[in-house]
Amino acid sequence: MLDLRKPAGLFFLILGVLLAGFGAAGAAKAPLLEMNLNLYFGVFSILFGGVFLWLSRKA
Amino acid sequence: MTLHFLDYSILILYFGFVLGIGWFLRKSVSSSSDFLTSGHSLPLWITSLAFLAANMGALEMIGMCGSGAKYGMMTSHFYWVGAVPAMLFVGVFMMPFYYGSRARSVPEYLKLRFDEKTRGFNAITFAVMTIFSSGISMYALGILLQAIFGWSFTFSVLVSAGIVLAYTYLGGLSSAIYNEVLQFFLIVAGFSPLAILAVQKAGGWGGVSSKLKPVMTESWKHLGSPADNPMGVEVIGLVMGLGFVLSFGYWCTNYLVVQRAMAARNMTDARNTPIVGSFPKMFIPFIVIVPGIAAVAIASMNIGYALPLKNGGPDYDKVLFSLMEQFYPSGMLGVGLTALIASFMSGMAGNVTAFNTVWTYDIYQSYIRKDAPDSHYLWMGRMATVFGTGLSIGAAYMAQSFNNMMDFLQLIFGFVNAPLFATFLLGMFWKRATANGAFTGLVTGTGAAALTYGLTLAEGKGGWLGVVHTFPSSMAQNFWVAINAFVVCFLLTIIISLAGKAKPDAELAGLVYGVTPHQAETAVWWRRPAVLAVISGILCVALNFLFF
Repeated sequence: MLDLRKPAGLFFLILGVLLAGFGAAGAAKAPLLEMNLNLYFGVFSILFGGVFLWLSRKA
Repeated sequence: MTLHFLDYSILILYFGFVLGIGWFLRKSVSSSSDFLTSGHSLPLWITSLAFLAANMGALEMIGMCGSGAKYGMMTSHFYWVGAVPAMLFVGVFMMPFYYGSRARSVPEYLKLRFDEKTRGFNAITFAVMTIFSSGISMYALGILLQAIFGWSFTFSVLVSAGIVLAYTYLGGLSSAIYNEVLQFFLIVAGFSPLAILAVQKAGGWGGVSSKLKPVMTESWKHLGSPADNPMGVEVIGLVMGLGFVLSFGYWCTNYLVVQRAMAARNMTDARNTPIVGSFPKMFIPFIVIVPGIAAVAIASMNIGYALPLKNGGPDYDKVLFSLMEQFYPSGMLGVGLTALIASFMSGMAGNVTAFNTVWTYDIYQSYIRKDAPDSHYLWMGRMATVFGTGLSIGAAYMAQSFNNMMDFLQLIFGFVNAPLFATFLLGMFWKRATANGAFTGLVTGTGAAALTYGLTLAEGKGGWLGVVHTFPSSMAQNFWVAINAFVVCFLLTIIISLAGKAKPDAELAGLVYGVTPHQAETAVWWRRPAVLAVISGILCVALNFLFF
């Protein structure tokens, strides 16, 4: 059966690249936000997805 | 509010993955068992996260955040008094009988333990409940997307329901469970930043506490009298109604969640499914309730944020979204929105996959067509997925007459799950309980729930038979509906059972505690259900004290 870590890892990796790329181009604004949330979340998402993919390769 | 191209891209990316998982898993479906029960094939980490996610519908996200703003930290009782102890109980004490009996569903266990009529009653009431639950989830999403993005109610509902239908139709329970796990990660990732940012803006937890009345940040100190807290409940109603009856009734007997544990590979994993799931479950309040509390604190700071309003009062169901609007820029807004839609889809897929199994095995195979080939039941399972989704859409419109969705759902559980928990307690742990006792108790208990609701009034709800008592809140009313249903079912089952003849011990082996041979746990000590349950229990008690 399909190893869920592969699609889950790939999803968060792509999501992270999209957000980090968008964030790196400039901080998008929200009324009460004071940081580049897209960039930080994007990097976290890339790491999260990467760990999942790495775990699925090991198995 | 305008969505950026990136927000739509994230939404489409997610839909693509969800459908792709269903497409890949279609190959692993070759029998009705594969489609409806996953053929006991899934690993523990997947079943335990699915056990949580099936319950994390849109209602959980929107309703709990709204309840956080309305009732404060007392809302955490749904987790720390309700869900977690019940999850530990079902894993340690009840799962050996669910999994060990090899029943395919909760109603089928009732048939093995009692008789056909008890199974039939439970199967039909459960099928109705799953349709309502799914409909409420759909309604929540529909009004939200309509109000915020201007998407029509019908468009929102049909697109989301269509996607759930596609992947559950293709891959059955395995597909629903896989997607529930993906949804769980997305929900946690999508909402954790909101909780952190909202609390940080209010000056940390200390800042939140200093800006609000103590009743908003303390969970136990204001339960002496219903007048002392905004929930309108006292400690007995809360612990007995929510903690013991409603939560144990839900987590221990609701096939929607039990089905996830029954998909595990072996008995140890099946028992560990709710226990391992209890660890993340006890921390969910920090991402769903705390933002609601922080929202009230931020609203008091005069920095441009106010609680959303409806008819002159706060509109609690929109608090979550109002926070996203304030803290999430384009991009992250797409993640939050996708997480919200994912939470809706996981709640709906959970209901649909539980409905199709109960319909196919416990209603269709039992009463309509008994001896058909398995391929016919596989086909019927798929058809049930289609018409279950259709009925849910109809139920979404019925939910509109209730202004707080969580109260409505609790009410339904009071009617169905509360008496059922009494039936299971006696059925699993008292060999003297008889089929006639269980059936009479169950029917009368459900009747007692309806009668309590019909004779009492709270916030204008109930009282259609006359008003003998008025509750300070519909939450309190729901707790007492559940308590009455449980007590009536429990007592009547005992009385009728004592007047009848119990099944011989040999027929109850594997179904009832005391006549089932004890099987020694072979897993290493740190994987044993009892050990994990004790650790989880200690952590949960600590959280209760931390926010006492």
